[in-house]
Amino acid sequence: MNPGENISERWRNSNILLLGGSAGAFKTIMAILKILPADLNKPVIIILHRKKNFASDMVPMFHTISRLPVKEISDKQKIEQGIVYLAPANYHVLIEKNGIFGLDVSDAVWFSKPSIDVTFESAADAFADRCTSILLSGANVDGAAGLLKLRQAGSLTIAQDPREAELPEMPQAAVEQNAADYILNAEEIMKLLAE
Amino acid sequence: MDASARNLTAEQITELIDLVKKVHGFDFSQYSQASLKRRITRVLMIKKLDFYDLKHALINDAAFFQDFLEEITVNVTEMFRDPLFYKALNTSVVPYLSTYQHIKIWSAGCSTGEEVYSLAIMMQQNNMKDRSFIYGTDVNTRVLKDARKGIYSLRNIKTYAENYQLSGLGGSLTDHFTTLYDAATVHSELKTNILFSVHNLISDTVFNEFELISCRNVFIYFETVLQEKILDLFYNSLSPHGFLCLGSKETIRSEKFKKKFKPVNQKENIYQKIESW
Repeated sequence: MNPGENISERWRNSNILLLGGSAGAFKTIMAILKILPADLNKPVIIILHRKKNFASDMVPMFHTISRLPVKEISDKQKIEQGIVYLAPANYHVLIEKNGIFGLDVSDAVWFSKPSIDVTFESAADAFADRCTSILLSGANVDGAAGLLKLRQAGSLTIAQDPREAELPEMPQAAVEQNAADYILNAEEIMKLLAE
Repeated sequence: MDASARNLTAEQITELIDLVKKVHGFDFSQYSQASLKRRITRVLMIKKLDFYDLKHALINDAAFFQDFLEEITVNVTEMFRDPLFYKALNTSVVPYLSTYQHIKIWSAGCSTGEEVYSLAIMMQQNNMKDRSFIYGTDVNTRVLKDARKGIYSLRNIKTYAENYQLSGLGGSLTDHFTTLYDAATVHSELKTNILFSVHNLISDTVFNEFELISCRNVFIYFETVLQEKILDLFYNSLSPHGFLCLGSKETIRSEKFKKKFKPVNQKENIYQKIESW
């Protein structure tokens, strides 16, 4: 991280956008996908908690509102810029150093599979300071530890303002663990990502 | 001990892989690195060890290695995991298999046996159980012990029953179990024509010929080169036009093997062996 850089520069210079959310985050994720430009120069990786057997309806739904192609993540898939990747239900998503996805079916973390912590932590290992990572609404504490690891690795980290999040626990945990560079409301997040 | 002591470097992981290979003959060098690192870090946390303690235990404590192996190889599984896979198998593969007099099935990486019993139930629902034989293999001897028992917690059976309903196989999952207190035991007639045995996909070879091989959510832990080596093992273990089932998120990406297996169901990754003459 270059200390002179402001938030907009850090967003623009990052190579990967990571979004983590749980209950109450769906609408915000939809809104984010709607404003992302068609020529976005980075991949978008979405980890959204969901029920295990009602999974794949979400890809077509995201597809209708996003200008970028949307794919559900599969094993050993290469991560490419300008594509929105969605974590499949009932798998953890890991990122390998050579820029490919790996999946994992081991135990749930914070009762969640996919777990946001698992992906964020492996992104910190693989990409260090190259990510922009946003933790949205949710009713548990998954994601905070991973966000902290990304922050320590020098990535730009943002927590949705717990005061406006539908369910504040998740971004609140990030704030309490000092994992977020910035605490922004949904409108400010949109404004940043639209730049 | 602070968390940083458990933050392993890539060099330390390589050192551990070498050590395990030399001392115990297990080769983890082609395991997916991010996942392997996460598993090893987990062992350090659970056992409250640092890197040097772990090395010491791996060299000097034979019983510890079984624990280690059990933690490193992921043993999480469900009955009728991915119900739509079973639905696809039941509608597009079972009718084909029903034309055979004997059907041999291999569940590779079967862990505690949930998939083996799921396949057995599917065959029974189709009145084909008597002419089927299912082999369940795993690298880990401890999980195979549990698999042979076929006893599962009632709480798990409840979620498996939801999966089962979605698979559209008819009847109810609990028809195949005897329940006592909080445990559900697989009916003994379901256990006939099933054999659980140790097999290491990385170092062991062909041991029989099968009409169906199911290896689901095992490839995700392996790097591409190793996946291809095991695809070759499966190809050589399948009868002509035999079927291979991979996990719902495990696609055959290798051009070489795309020519050897044709997709029967692209979404559920069910393939059929193409004979080469």
